[in-house]
Amino acid sequence: MDDLERQFEETVARHDRIEPRDWMPEGYRRTLVRQIAQHAHSEVIGMQPEGAWITRAPSLRRKQVLLAKVQDEAGHGLYLYSAAETLGVTRDELEARLMSGAQKYSSIFNYPTPSYADVGTIGWLVDGAAICNQVPLCRTSYGPYGRAMVRICKEESFHQRQGFELLMTMMRGTDEQRAMVQESVDRFWKPALMMFGPPDAESPNTARSMAWGIKRHTNDELRARFVEMTAPQAEALGVTLPGNDVDWDELKRVVSGDGPCNAERLAHRQQAHDDGAWVREAASR
Amino acid sequence: MTGPLYEVFVRAKRGLNHVHVGSLHAADDAMALRNARDVYTRRNEGVSIWVVRADAITASSPDEKEPLFDPAGDKVYRHPTFYEVGDVPHL
Repeated sequence: MDDLERQFEETVARHDRIEPRDWMPEGYRRTLVRQIAQHAHSEVIGMQPEGAWITRAPSLRRKQVLLAKVQDEAGHGLYLYSAAETLGVTRDELEARLMSGAQKYSSIFNYPTPSYADVGTIGWLVDGAAICNQVPLCRTSYGPYGRAMVRICKEESFHQRQGFELLMTMMRGTDEQRAMVQESVDRFWKPALMMFGPPDAESPNTARSMAWGIKRHTNDELRARFVEMTAPQAEALGVTLPGNDVDWDELKRVVSGDGPCNAERLAHRQQAHDDGAWVREAASR
Repeated sequence: MTGPLYEVFVRAKRGLNHVHVGSLHAADDAMALRNARDVYTRRNEGVSIWVVRADAITASSPDEKEPLFDPAGDKVYRHPTFYEVGDVPHL
């Protein structure tokens, strides 16, 4: 081990931060680029399932709230792409890797949102799971990533509460509305549990990422914490959570491209990219 | 003092952002960095310094304060406290 590597290991070992100008092992850089890019792509693709409901939200208030939320997701994508760029990759490269399938985004966004209650469920469960994942990342070993996460977590709190409030409002409504909420929760619960990734035994990168201080907890630890936090919330809401037995083959299928909406999400992203060509061209003159 | 004006940013410790601490004149980038070290970090104020030529910074004008920042004022729904959810744990 040479001096640079020793210095890096010592910095990480005392839970200090690595900053862009510091020397870092190639594997550390690669892991961070993959994780931050995947996170950024998730924010950007994540605008689609809910964005589809902006024009159909039932009141001006709900439209404003949803618009503000989707706008935040775009912002979160930008914070994260900027953090990735400090590692020596360009945004164009990352965009290209998303479109080619070389880089992934969260499996959760490959599920459809056929019901308006899904807007509430995504806020409550999907953003709730994201917060569980992201709060420890505020202390991740790479400075720019941690600082982006601090901003994001602050904003996610509004996302989760507006979702819960929406569901609470529907639960105080008609039997039909209550049934809509339960049906939505039934569809999203297990996909939300999958957001934490495969079980620890099948997550080969976790140990390395934890030794480097990129991850602070294992997938199963975070998943368990999420279940524990969500149970009393479900009770307060008056919905029943389905069991916690997840079909891990489903996660594999969805991640590898064979989920209900993978093709649609990428096609929509490509369309948006193509539609923006004139803007990029005008801006580069 | 000759030379262009430089703005100085210091990172107090690893993990924190560089924060603007002041400015100085210098003949070139290297001298700006050296002088910033002498002027702004004599008491362990930082672990990293950025210097940026002031004329390379595009700043908003104080006149623009209202059009730029007022529109956020009535968007209270962007804050978590806007949502009444009662006494539900971890929310």
